[in-house]
Parts: sequence; structure tokens; C-alpha cells
Amino acid sequence: MNSQPLVQIENLTHSYDGRPALRGVGFSVYAGEIFGILGPNGGGKTTLFRILATLFQAGGGRALVAGFDVAQQPQQVRSRLGVVFQSPSVDGKLTVAENLHHQGRLYGLHGALLEQRLTALLQRFGLQDRRHELVENLSGGLRRRVELAKGLLHQPAILLLDEPSTGLDPGARKDLWDLLRSLQTAEGVTALLTTHLLEEAEKCDRLAILDAGRLIALGTPEELKARIGGDVIMLNSPQPELLRQRCRELFQIEATLVDGRVRLERAHGHEFVPRLIEAFPGMITSLTIGKPTLEDVFIKETGHQFWQGATAQRG
Amino acid sequence: MPQLSNINQEKSPRATGWHPPRSFFWRPVFTLWQRELVRFVRQRSRLFGALGQPLLFWLLLGAGLSPSFQPAGAPEHLNYLEYFFPGTILLILLFSAIFTNISIIEDRTSGFLQSVLVAPVHPAVLVLGKVGGGATLALVQAVLFLLLAPVLGIALTWRTLLFATLVLALSAGAMTALGFAIAWRMDSTQGFHVIMNVFLIPLWLLSGAFFPAAGTPAPLQWIIMINPVTYCLAALRQCLYAPEINRAMALPPAGLAWLITVIFAIAMFGLALWSRRRAYRLP
Repeated sequence: MNSQPLVQIENLTHSYDGRPALRGVGFSVYAGEIFGILGPNGGGKTTLFRILATLFQAGGGRALVAGFDVAQQPQQVRSRLGVVFQSPSVDGKLTVAENLHHQGRLYGLHGALLEQRLTALLQRFGLQDRRHELVENLSGGLRRRVELAKGLLHQPAILLLDEPSTGLDPGARKDLWDLLRSLQTAEGVTALLTTHLLEEAEKCDRLAILDAGRLIALGTPEELKARIGGDVIMLNSPQPELLRQRCRELFQIEATLVDGRVRLERAHGHEFVPRLIEAFPGMITSLTIGKPTLEDVFIKETGHQFWQGATAQRG
Repeated sequence: MPQLSNINQEKSPRATGWHPPRSFFWRPVFTLWQRELVRFVRQRSRLFGALGQPLLFWLLLGAGLSPSFQPAGAPEHLNYLEYFFPGTILLILLFSAIFTNISIIEDRTSGFLQSVLVAPVHPAVLVLGKVGGGATLALVQAVLFLLLAPVLGIALTWRTLLFATLVLALSAGAMTALGFAIAWRMDSTQGFHVIMNVFLIPLWLLSGAFFPAAGTPAPLQWIIMINPVTYCLAALRQCLYAPEINRAMALPPAGLAWLITVIFAIAMFGLALWSRRRAYRLP
């Protein structure tokens, strides 16, 4: 891992007509890692993606890609970024090879070098026999591969992906991640991706969790989950507020109300559960106990559930 | 300036400070131009829309209006099919310009345009490629239609063909660039259709394409006089018709018609470039 960050974001802010979308976000991405930006819709992911992709300028703060400021030196940043959009950016009316040819020429590649890169990528992605097929005739998963090949054609320093799994079936989703992983190990590709899928975020090397334009957590998925003390117990009760207070009084334990349920964190939760049930007869209708997930991390930091975080703001 | 050239970039053609060669400007332009053409060939419906519809208009309106058409100023032996012919060619240019640019709006949410916006190319590359490609398509269709001229008894000499093609090339560029400038700022195709109906089609209607200026109410005459399309059309008529017909129709002088056509093309291209510099409206 290089000590110099490949992407450096400092106190980035942005608002749309007075509605804040990013409220001072900062983190760094290092070479060779797959870095995820996790957040519910409206969390600020898409805004951050667009600022990094040089589609528009941030209201405040700064972002550097490979040492270049996205606002001041967009052309230098663009030539170092491989951008994979959430919605397809391949042209369905063109063949796989034609799409890649156009892409290459837009990045200054041509002639033998372009052919060589194109052939290598098609082989890498198992697309060589689809070379002359119209993209609109390919399956969703294969189209996604063409998108990825497009992004990698000019050998960018970093691959920037917006919600890469959106619209893919589970098989294609796995295929995409296998590809990303193998690119990372074999070629040292660095990827920065946004996602609203908790299971996708689990696969990232490191994560930044955004909610309502704020960075609420940063670290590896394991680190983040380790912040939670032990197991997570969720209690259903006809009187949740009363139960929450009684839990606090009796066990001196942090209890929160999440979506009408009482939430507790406790090491060795399975030993604690019988005591709970004995202590509050008739007040607990059902309960769940589990190892902490990223959703628990999110709940701990924000006090609300992942899917409630979505506001009317645009992401 | 921290340089990270060692990361994943050793094999890259441009590892460090990036200085695009001059050819880097024209190659992307060419690739975008080429894409417009290839897409067109693969979308049969567009060919019908841009060429078939004006052809239908011309035949139906021409056949329907010919018996009653005798406006002030037009020479007696000029029938409506013949009168309407140059106007139909301009309509082909206009439709083609609209079809080409509608993709700019559709591409907003998905599509190829996204990747052009984040590519390290000069902003003018997109304008040149898109408008160049669109204008080429418009011109090819217009010239194909022009080849019907002998059916109407209009003699097509090489000289006629050359000058008519030149006028059409300038007009095609102007209209496609105008369409680009409008589409760039629109956020829905519905909005673009509104502009098309209240602005672009009237621009064509009030150019003398459909009816001559002579004899119309004064406000219409003024609009026709300040409408640059009037001059494109006049230049085209002067290429096609015999001098005595042109004189009878009281068209603007040829020099003025050509001058305004050239200015129109340059101004619309400038407008498209200026629009491109403004931020693309994202959904």
C-alpha cells in the first residue's frame, strides 16, 4: 500500500438550491484497495461520485485524484479515472468492439496500441467471441462487463463505479465482484464504488458510510462491526418505550428505540437473553439476537434504520 | 504536486503530466462523427422519419394545394409542387437536426454521452462531433431529395448541384447547431417537443418555405424578413429556379442571402459552443 493516497477528499460540501447534500465529508483511498461508499438513497453518494467524476464542482472543500484537484485540473483527473456509470453508457446500436474503439479514441488511444489493449481486455473479460455483436443483444451481465472494459481501456489509476450491481441478477453480481477482485490481485487495480447494498459493502476492503451528507463511519467492515460491543439483541414489545427505560434501569445498559423495537448491545448475548425474559415477563413478545452487521453499525451511528435514512434529498 | 505515476500507470501511454497532442483533438471529433453515422444507418426508423415525412408532406400538400395556389408575387407557371420543393428540403434538414439532438436529452439518464462528459477531451470536441455528424446526415438526406428536382423540370447542372449543396451544408450546420444549443439546456424530451412546435417549425413556416411573404399581414412579413432561414431558402431557390422566377418572387438579393446564411451558420455554431461551456443538466 502506498502511503500517498490516490484519492484524497477534504471537508467536501455541496448543496442543491440550498438543500445540503454533502456536509463536510473527508476520507482517503489508497492504491490497491477496493473502497466502498455505503449509504441509503439521499445519503450523498451520487453527489460525491459526480464531483469525483468531474461532472460538476463541489460547493466547498476539495478532492484530489492522483494528486490533481478535480475542480482545478479536471482534464488531468479525467485521464486518470475510469468511470463506470450506474446507468449504461455503452451504445446498444454499436458492437462491443465499436464501443471500445470510440472510448479509446476519446482517451487518446489509437492504432496498434488501442487494438492491443482492446484485444487484451476482451480476452480478460471473456468477450472475444462477442466482439462483433451489437451490445443491445447482450445479457445484462455481459453488458456490465463491457462497461467495465470501457472503464479500464486507458489503464486508469483508479476505477470509479457508481452502484455497479444495480440491475444485475445475483449471478451477474457475483461475476462482477470476481472480476473486480481478480483485477485487484492480478493488476493492482484500485476501485472506488458507491453502493446502497449492505452485502456489497461487506465485500469492500474499506468503507465510508454516509448518511444525510455526513460521514458517519470509516474503516474496514470488520473494524466497523467490532465497534459494536458483542451481539445485537432486538426486542419486540407492546410497550417499547417502557421496556427501554426498564432495561436501562435494571441492567445499566445502553438501550435504544429503533423503528418501534428496543435495541441492545451485549457481549455473550445468548447468556443475557434468559435474564431479560425473566426480568420482564409478558413485556417481550419476541426477540432476535445476532452478530453485528453493517446495518447495526449504521443504526448505532445514526439512531435510525438504514432504509429510513432516505430523505427527499437527492443522493 | 504529488505524482503518483508509479501506481498502476507504468504501462499507461500518459503516465505523468498530460499534454494532449494536436491529433488528440481531431481524433475524438472524428470518432463522435463516425458514431452518429453508424447509429443512423442502424436505425431505419430515423431514415423514414427524416426523409419519408417531408416527402409525404410535399406530395400531399403539393397535390392538394396546387390547383388553388396562386399567391401574389409568384409567377403563374410555378405550380405548388415546384414552389414547395426547396422548402421541403429545408424541412428535411430541420427534422434531421431535431432527431440528431433529441439523443442529447435521452442520454441524460443513460447512454454514451455520459462517458464523453468525463473523457479528457476539449469541450468543443463534443460539439464538433455531434453537430458535424448530425449535419452530415442532414446534408446527405437533403441532397438525395434534391436529386428529385429533374422530375419537376428543374435542370440539375453540376453548377446547380454544387451551389445548392453548399447552401444546404451551411443550413444543415446552422440548424443542427441550433438544435444542439436548445437540447443542451433541456431536461426532458417533452420540453424539446414544445420548443420544436412553437419555435423550430414556425422558424421554417415563416421563411417563405410554405407560402411567399408577399401579400401576408405586415407583422408576418417582418418576421419573415428577420428570420435567417428565409435567407437560406432564398439562396437555395436562386440556385434552383430560373432567374425570371426569382425576380418575380422578389427574393432578397443573392449576395445578401448567401452572406446571412454564412453568418447564421457561424452564429449558431458559436451558440452551440457557448452552450456546451455551461453545465450539462443532470437528472
